[in-house]
Amino acid sequence: MDSTRKEWLLNALLAGALFAVPLWAWMASEPFIITLATRIAILAIAGVGLNIALGLGGMVSFGHALYLGIGGYVAGIAAYHAFSGTTVLGLSGTNQMLPIWAMAMALSGLIAGIVGALSLRTSGIFFIMITLAFAQMGFFFTLSWPAYGGEDGLPIFVRNQFPGLNTARPWELFIIAYGVLLAVLGLFAMLRAARFGAALMAIRQNPDRAAAIGISPFGVKLVAFILSGMITGLAGAMMADLTRFVSPAMMAWTMSGELIVIIILGGVGRLFGPVAGAAILVGFEVFFGGLTEHWKLWLGLVLLAVVLFARGGLIGLIAGRAQNG
Amino acid sequence: MTLALVLEQLLNGVQFGLMLFLMSAGLTLVFGVMGLINLAHGSLYMIGAFLCAAVAGMTGNFWLGLMAGIAAAAAAGALIEIVVIRRLYTRDHLDQVLATFALILILSEGVRMIFGPFPLYLNVPDVLRGTVRLGIVDYSLYRLALIGFGLAVAVGLWALIAKTRLGIQIRAGESDREMIAALGVNIRALYTIVFALGAALAGLAGALVGAIQSVQVGMGEPVLILAFVVIVIGGIGSIKGAMVGALLVGVIDTMGRFLLPRLFATFMDTSQAMGVGAALASMLIYLLMALVLIFRPKGLFPAHG
Repeated sequence: MDSTRKEWLLNALLAGALFAVPLWAWMASEPFIITLATRIAILAIAGVGLNIALGLGGMVSFGHALYLGIGGYVAGIAAYHAFSGTTVLGLSGTNQMLPIWAMAMALSGLIAGIVGALSLRTSGIFFIMITLAFAQMGFFFTLSWPAYGGEDGLPIFVRNQFPGLNTARPWELFIIAYGVLLAVLGLFAMLRAARFGAALMAIRQNPDRAAAIGISPFGVKLVAFILSGMITGLAGAMMADLTRFVSPAMMAWTMSGELIVIIILGGVGRLFGPVAGAAILVGFEVFFGGLTEHWKLWLGLVLLAVVLFARGGLIGLIAGRAQNG
Repeated sequence: MTLALVLEQLLNGVQFGLMLFLMSAGLTLVFGVMGLINLAHGSLYMIGAFLCAAVAGMTGNFWLGLMAGIAAAAAAGALIEIVVIRRLYTRDHLDQVLATFALILILSEGVRMIFGPFPLYLNVPDVLRGTVRLGIVDYSLYRLALIGFGLAVAVGLWALIAKTRLGIQIRAGESDREMIAALGVNIRALYTIVFALGAALAGLAGALVGAIQSVQVGMGEPVLILAFVVIVIGGIGSIKGAMVGALLVGVIDTMGRFLLPRLFATFMDTSQAMGVGAALASMLIYLLMALVLIFRPKGLFPAHG
């Protein structure tokens, strides 16, 4: 079986398992497992976002937690004002997920546009560090800004609503997250197959040649970076609703690290890489976290082994090297 | 707000800057010579602090603890260079970031397993207790000693790099590693030595700062990020840049936290001014770094011209 077919089979298996396990848990009344699956789906959405910048565009953003946090705070602040009946900047709050998602994506996209336009003037280690610096600014801003909880964070007392579904029920919330995950995966696949994706990958492989055939590296990369930030911001809004809590920790640099880890564990630039990576990370935390309080030591060892010896991540290990990595 | 208070904060900024320099010097050397981003540098700082606190606690002697902290950090540095870091020199930055991120997880949990989850406390040595009169301010003797330590190490490091054979090899390694290997220098051993030297400096900083903060797991990461800000501002690979960057970051951060809330209080309600001032002050150095990268993308003192 060639590696492309193997990868598609593995993708179908992952998509099926991520649906079947919580379906079983729903029938067996195991809400904890449904919530875990929801967390995997939402982390995978954030990972798909980063995968556009990192996997397709080769932009090693060490600050994507910024967009996760922006999305989270949009959800938290909207719910806070809807709950208290107050307004912010002349806008009233809302407890509807759809407008919250739109706002989270718009604001994340705007900030990603500013950060990207400034950061893409640099490359290599400087790009890594400047994206980290912008995320740290967001982290310290939320930490010391007292209006929305500061370092204590901001609770969402009642989970935001989605038309036609009851978001208080774990299974229905999972359906929302799973649906959004499939949609962003579809977007990623379309993007990769489109002229835009081809241009982005060409720039990653050789910016000078890409420029020579008339592709502007800066413009294409910036658009990819903005899209990437928007999808991660959407995941942030959903994450806040899942945990019903936002805090500066969502913007911490370790969160940016975890997002990269998710992509690497799964497979960089692979369609289902973030899904596999998120499942491994959450599974690892739950399984080893139950066995030993020092599970992070083992996570570190596994991560080290993957980086040193299995560079394609899980999907690379099973399906072989990427066709045009 | 008196002049004495401003002067005291300025000295605190210089002291903080010099401790950042100890961290940044190793980081910038390792990047300059080996081209490696080492996120685990903060873990070496933590190891220095823990060993210093543990040995000083057992023997009652701060200086023994300090020696132990430096030695442990250098040994840990040499060990991880040989076991892990060595395989990363030819890899891209993404792999280096991830592998050293993994090392942070391993080293932090390792220290937690050995020393337990509670912070350790390290006392200032008796001879350095109390304050000293500097013109118009009474300044902490220990902090003044840290300034002295920092300056002495900076001079020593400059002498090492500018005047000794090892320094010549390090500089040669920065400009052309194939050539110096061809000239018969054992490049593998040189890399291990440079890495251990950087680790020892990080361990020294951790042990020294441990006496004015609590010694706990995770103490290295905030300093690590500041050290990255320092070397990016200063120019990666440049010791001089690390010194200038460290002093800039130390003074701007300390003075920003001190002055900005007071500045806003002149035209805002006090409690609001505290919040806004503190929020802006904590973002100041990242703003500085972003500005430097936008206008001088290779930092203030680019190492390779």
